[in-house]
Amino acid sequence: MATTAEKKYTFKDFASDQEVRWCPGCDDYVILRSMQKALPDMGVKKEDVVFISGIGCSSRFPYYMNTYGMHSIHGRAPGIASGVKLANPDLSVWIITGDGDAMAIGGNHFIHVLRRNIDLNIILFNNEIYGLTKGQFSPTSLVGQKTKSSPYGNIQQPFQPGELAIGAQARFFARIGGNSPKEMSKIFIESHNFKGTSLIEVLQNCVIFNDGCFKNVTDKAVREDKQLYLTHGEPMIFGKEKNKGIVLNGLKLEVVTIGENGITEKDILIHDAKEKDPTLHQMLVRLSYPIATGIIRAVDDITLEERMDALTAEVKVNSNFKKTDDLFFSGETYEVE
Amino acid sequence: MITPKNNHQPEVLEAVVIRFVGDSGDGMQLTGTQFSDTSAMFGNDIATFPNYPSEIRAPQGSLYGVSGFQVHIGSVEISTPGDNVDLLVAMNPAGLKTNLHAVKPGHTIIVDTDSFTKKNLEKAQYESNPLEDNSLENYRVIEVAMTSLTKESLKGVEGLDNKTITRSKNMFALGMVYWMYDRSTEHTEAFFNKKFKSKPNVIEANKKVLKAGFNYANTLELIPTAYTISPAKMDPGTYRIIMGNTATAWGFLAAAEKSGLELFLGSYPITPATDILHELVKHKHFGVKAFQAEDEIAGIASAIGASFAGDLAITTTSGPGLALKGEALGLAMMVELPLVVVNVQRGGPSTGLPTKTEQSDLLQAMYGRNGESPVIVLAASTPANCFDFAYQAAKLTLEHMTPVILLTDGYIANGSAPWKIHSVNDMPEIKNRIVKKPTENWHAYDRDEDTLARNWPVPGTEGLEHRIGGLEKDRVTGNVSYVPENHEYMTHIRAEKIRRVQNYIPNLETEFAETGDLLVIGWGGTYGSLHSAVKNMRDNGNKKIGFAHFNYINPLPKNTKEVLAKFRKILVCELNNGQFAKILKINFNGFEITQFNKIQGLPFGNQELIQKFNQLLVK
Repeated sequence: MATTAEKKYTFKDFASDQEVRWCPGCDDYVILRSMQKALPDMGVKKEDVVFISGIGCSSRFPYYMNTYGMHSIHGRAPGIASGVKLANPDLSVWIITGDGDAMAIGGNHFIHVLRRNIDLNIILFNNEIYGLTKGQFSPTSLVGQKTKSSPYGNIQQPFQPGELAIGAQARFFARIGGNSPKEMSKIFIESHNFKGTSLIEVLQNCVIFNDGCFKNVTDKAVREDKQLYLTHGEPMIFGKEKNKGIVLNGLKLEVVTIGENGITEKDILIHDAKEKDPTLHQMLVRLSYPIATGIIRAVDDITLEERMDALTAEVKVNSNFKKTDDLFFSGETYEVE
Repeated sequence: MITPKNNHQPEVLEAVVIRFVGDSGDGMQLTGTQFSDTSAMFGNDIATFPNYPSEIRAPQGSLYGVSGFQVHIGSVEISTPGDNVDLLVAMNPAGLKTNLHAVKPGHTIIVDTDSFTKKNLEKAQYESNPLEDNSLENYRVIEVAMTSLTKESLKGVEGLDNKTITRSKNMFALGMVYWMYDRSTEHTEAFFNKKFKSKPNVIEANKKVLKAGFNYANTLELIPTAYTISPAKMDPGTYRIIMGNTATAWGFLAAAEKSGLELFLGSYPITPATDILHELVKHKHFGVKAFQAEDEIAGIASAIGASFAGDLAITTTSGPGLALKGEALGLAMMVELPLVVVNVQRGGPSTGLPTKTEQSDLLQAMYGRNGESPVIVLAASTPANCFDFAYQAAKLTLEHMTPVILLTDGYIANGSAPWKIHSVNDMPEIKNRIVKKPTENWHAYDRDEDTLARNWPVPGTEGLEHRIGGLEKDRVTGNVSYVPENHEYMTHIRAEKIRRVQNYIPNLETEFAETGDLLVIGWGGTYGSLHSAVKNMRDNGNKKIGFAHFNYINPLPKNTKEVLAKFRKILVCELNNGQFAKILKINFNGFEITQFNKIQGLPFGNQELIQKFNQLLVK
């Protein structure tokens, strides 16, 4: 964990001098701003923050942050970020990626970084389309979706990022709409505070190639009725009237109305993000009405760097090798005179 | 009948080549290593080479399951594991069949007759038993019922299963060879004590079998003479036997200590490079961070990340892995971070010949990336100098802020030789370019005037926050730039930075003759073969042949052209289809360059080289 900052920053301290070049109206601006606003509240020193991105629209993000950053190559940010964090565990390391970067070309790295649980933060900009290459279907595009590379409709089954992530042993998974900056900032802070790999899926609208893709769940008018914003320890209640809730019926989650058919608030499931068993979290991730947002899973576990440090410390104490000379001149050597 | 032989006077030999062959589970690597270590301790110069199948345990007795270990020992300078063998120890018919061609006519073969069963002969595709059909009449064959003698010698040792008993027959063979070459069993006995610490009965069994073999050879009339090889003349100092891959790993350990940086290895297992990973994971006591990644790409990616954060970062691989790392290596070159990529070359293309040696990744190392992306390319040339070139690769990458590819190959990586131990105190200084605090108008791409190396600001340092990336950057600010002239300027800068490394590397040296009729040129792992072949020519009175061997491939040493100009003909010898010859031809016009190429997964043989040299000298 990074050392605490003594300085009090404002969001301006985290904005670089580079002109932001995303399309006007893109949700990426919201994500950038939410991050710049969240960082001062994380209490982390500016010089301890590193953003590593892959390739894609989202991956320009590091250029706009006045922190350390690397815009790397397609799909490989998890590898690079892992190296940064293992080299210096005091840094707060963030991976910026998109649905293609993380789950197509970088799919292998994506599952392995989650499995290892290094203390990294991953922000997945999911817009269900390839933007930078101008509109091909991605691994999260829907079946039937018409894109430049699927003019008759996409025939490939999509990934559900959360399902894939929890299947790969993600300890922290959150989901948030691209137009919910306040909640987003809050989740970024929670993610920073969480020890282990955290994954935040942002449902990000692409105004050019997939406009309105999340409209039916993120629009202000429908948001409260279509999203179940989860809070640890709170009942799973949603709706403008706060009268809808989730119950477990057999092996399925079911939407009920409080006050109907004898349902009271007491019948509604309480959200437990810290439950190790992923079953209920997987069900929440797969839910389509309402869709689950907020922090769905946050399970404490030992990190890879903690294991690595402990092992190194143990070996160091028990070893006779303090300098390389001790090793080179050890064992079977012989003299030539 | 066995008669004891008393007071034998061993015959003195200059050098001898011995090859142990058997099934891949027969312990031939261990047998060979024990013999070579014992000889090195005795003071001989040695070179070894293991030759094993890519199958871990191929079907018993099959031709392709034969595993071998060759050792060349001498009282004279030994620079290769040798071509043809003076003694072949064959533990089964398949081993005999696949290795007989290497035995010098009139020389000795020891066989385990117990393994020459009908079934094993069939598996080795022998139509008749070679021990009975006179096909070996040109050799001195010593037939020993090793399996039965091993079993016999272990009667009365408690708690051994059949498998353990049968498997220790390799120690019977080793005992015989120890006697034949006048070596003591002491070193191997000490090895048993250590290796089987918790199993006293296994220690006892192995010692018994080893001694039984030794005594058997002593009392056997079939071995007329014992030989001895006197200690070699070598530089005074403390030595140890080292394998090329271990030497590579240790070179990086030394460089990390000298530069004051932590060593980070990001790697993915691949033959024949994996032993570097195996070695480095052991050294957590030096703070080494060895990260086995999910694939080759993540291996180099993690190393780039560690380098960005201020570690001495390396990644290790072999040919196909280098292909996978290409894009990331281009990124490291573009962001100008230090990184060493070790490529232990093997037979290619594609999966090729994973356990065999070749030098066919040279052009991949030079050009195997998109765009104009030059990197420093070095090549180690002996098992022991893998240490020096790993160290040098680390020094150059840190001081010049550009990736270095270090090429070794299966032959020197798995081969072993005496290494005069280098203390870190005696190694050259390594400076790193880490910046501790900002200066006025500071930029990430500010360069050293002489080397053009950029500064190395690392995350965690106040005031040096900056962004780097694969996009082209402005020559001054380091911000993204699409300006046409800037791109051309930066392309030239990155090339010039590599060219200037010439000012920091040694000149090319010529051995045997400064000028003459024929200059033999090699690079990388063929040093031993070429050196000894040219030496043979000199020893036979030919004074017009010289030898120049390259360890620095990109950039080439400054005086390369001058060296080439001093000879009438140039012969470039390499284990590929002429890749280094191409590089010389691109760089230097007007020379008559002839090639000698071998692409069999094997090192050069002494005789084939001499034949080629003579051909060219006659013309």
